Amino acid sequence: MRRLFQFHGGVQLKEHKKEAMTQPVQAAHLPKQLVLPLQQHIGAPAEAVVAVGDKVLKGQLIARPGSTVSAPVHASSSGTVIAIAGHPVSHPSHLNAPCVIIDTDGEERWHPDRHPVADYHKLPPEKIREHIRDAGIVGMGGAGFPAHIKLNAGNRVVDTLILNGAECEPYITCDEMLLRERALEVIVGLRIMRYALQAKRCIIGIENNKAAAFRALQEQVRNTGADFIDVIQVPTVYPTGGEKQLIRVLTGKEVPAKGLPLDIGVVCHNVGTAYAVYRAVELGEPLISRYVTIAGSVAHARNLDVLIGTPIIDLIEECGGNRKTLSRVILGGPMMGTALHDVTAPVTKTTNCILVNSTVGDVPLPSRDKHVMPCIRCGNCAVACPVDLLPQQLYWYARAKDFDKVQDYHLFDCIECGCCDYVCPSQIPLVHYFRYAKTEIWAQQHEKTLADIARERHQFREQRLERDKREKQERHKKKRAALKPPGNAVSKEEEAKKAAIQAALDRAKAKRENQQTEPKNTQDLTPEQQQKIDEANARRAKSNNPLINSALDTQNVQQDKHS
Amino acid sequence: MLSAIIALSVLAAVFGLLLGYAAIRFKVEGDPMVDKIDALLPQTQCGQCTYPGCRPYAQAIANGEADINQCPPGGETTIIALADLLGRDPKPLNAENGIEENIKTVAIIDEKVCIGCTLCIQACPVDAILGAAKQMHTVIASECTGCDLCLPPCPVDCIDMVPVNTDSTNWKWSFPEEADKQEKTA
Repeated sequence: MRRLFQFHGGVQLKEHKKEAMTQPVQAAHLPKQLVLPLQQHIGAPAEAVVAVGDKVLKGQLIARPGSTVSAPVHASSSGTVIAIAGHPVSHPSHLNAPCVIIDTDGEERWHPDRHPVADYHKLPPEKIREHIRDAGIVGMGGAGFPAHIKLNAGNRVVDTLILNGAECEPYITCDEMLLRERALEVIVGLRIMRYALQAKRCIIGIENNKAAAFRALQEQVRNTGADFIDVIQVPTVYPTGGEKQLIRVLTGKEVPAKGLPLDIGVVCHNVGTAYAVYRAVELGEPLISRYVTIAGSVAHARNLDVLIGTPIIDLIEECGGNRKTLSRVILGGPMMGTALHDVTAPVTKTTNCILVNSTVGDVPLPSRDKHVMPCIRCGNCAVACPVDLLPQQLYWYARAKDFDKVQDYHLFDCIECGCCDYVCPSQIPLVHYFRYAKTEIWAQQHEKTLADIARERHQFREQRLERDKREKQERHKKKRAALKPPGNAVSKEEEAKKAAIQAALDRAKAKRENQQTEPKNTQDLTPEQQQKIDEANARRAKSNNPLINSALDTQNVQQDKHS
Repeated sequence: MLSAIIALSVLAAVFGLLLGYAAIRFKVEGDPMVDKIDALLPQTQCGQCTYPGCRPYAQAIANGEADINQCPPGGETTIIALADLLGRDPKPLNAENGIEENIKTVAIIDEKVCIGCTLCIQACPVDAILGAAKQMHTVIASECTGCDLCLPPCPVDCIDMVPVNTDSTNWKWSFPEEADKQEKTA
């Protein structure tokens, strides 16, 4: 018997699992319309490759990955694309998200382009990963991280590949039903994953309340002779199904804060993912359906094999729920699930459970009655916390919006399991505070990067303007310099010019001095004219007018000169 | 007596040399305080603080010429962060500089109306508007800081400030008590 370990805290919950396991899993009815969100995974959204009006076949690629961390989306059934538009999806924001909407034609015609791998051992691991990526497989336990990335260990050695079949939340039974009915396929999928990761050994962890599934797995492991696979029962404590908690229980190792399981040589995948890998590699089928539990206030709680994109209301009605009396539909389990705002939202790759409440009969939930009272510092939350955090401290600081302090208390190690909410005697919605603080911090970080970009651009602009100014000045200076005579040769020329001008001026001056100009009317006079002048002068002399006399004198002087 | 004076003078000389050397050896280039303050400002470069950009405002705060409550885009968060950094008491935003708007906006140009005058391009502090003379202009939304500086120069009023779309990538959980209140009122 393998030695098991314990994680701190956790809570015991009423299981409510039997109700949905009375009937075998059946395929759900084909819906009239399929709604396929382009983002069903963590990472960049997929990009649609079909157009409105296109006929699509079952399993046909309708959206390709948007980046390396992304996953493609395939048509779950044959039909016609009628819209690529925003549609309600299950998200706490209640926002619409872009979806490809397909009117099904009921023919369920498969796309001919399917490539099952005959013998995966003959392909290199990276080819297997590519195959898994092209099948659009994401982590089906709830987070939806693209599986091909988690199946790539890089240059690190994977000691243990853990398959998570713990399924610790109340009401959810889809993994258990899968293990009961498809144990062989899950084990084949696990072997493919082990090959892709080149892992040494495998452990399938399963809670000890799932006896039938455990037996089925053990039998299949024996039959296939896979001695590197251990099927291990773990105690039923919520949240054993958390990745880090299960790793702790099975290996005794703790995933470092802000680290990955790969850092301690462990990789953990959900059993549903293993089944999807089996279908992709052995049958060549992309991920277009999954097991979903429909539980709660419906006439026939059960598990169905549901095409991805099926509207949730269709499934509720198929299980005998009444559209008119619905009150609160929760997607996921009662501890970590989110309330659905619109029941036309589709089942996605990560939808494991639909928990129906109605006005006729409410589901006994382990949650509160919303009457919040002040924190009394009882410390129950710290006792229950499976990651050894101090929820009450986190709560104080999140409430005070002191986001630095919240991070000092390791907010980002919180797995939002809801144990603290569950045990809080004051019914404080602790996880809501933590989610609030997380998104606020992310937003602040985002704003900080934007501010850094803006600062850089602003500085660049200032530099550019400065440079433009400098260049302009330089250009002007050059132009001015170009107008001036450049070099000595030109200045000599200038001097010569100046000298010439000066010489001309001098000449003119000399000429003026040499050449005496006389009034023209005193020269070459006829005798009569001379006589008249003399007479006039005589008259003036007689008149004794001083003014006239003086003028006469100057005239006489001139006349003397001339003569 | 004499020995004491000599000893003290020697000590004074030694320490003087030491301090002098340290002042040269560990000289801090520029003013690190300005950088620290600048890092807390939102970098919208909007000029609502009456300074021509975030860095000049940071410089003014560091010099003690400006108060810490003159940045409307940063709002309360920035004021608290500045108060923490400078060891002062936070105070409410100075209404003369504007009011804090919680909705982040970006500029959008009505491309049918734009005449291609390039005035907005010259006004944009972060070069987030693309275009050339007599060509249509457009705002690079991811680079726009929402500073409103391109609005006044536009001769045909073709620029609008629109709120940034909320989608699943930038959506935030509400503050729990607010949610409770909403539920009660609803």
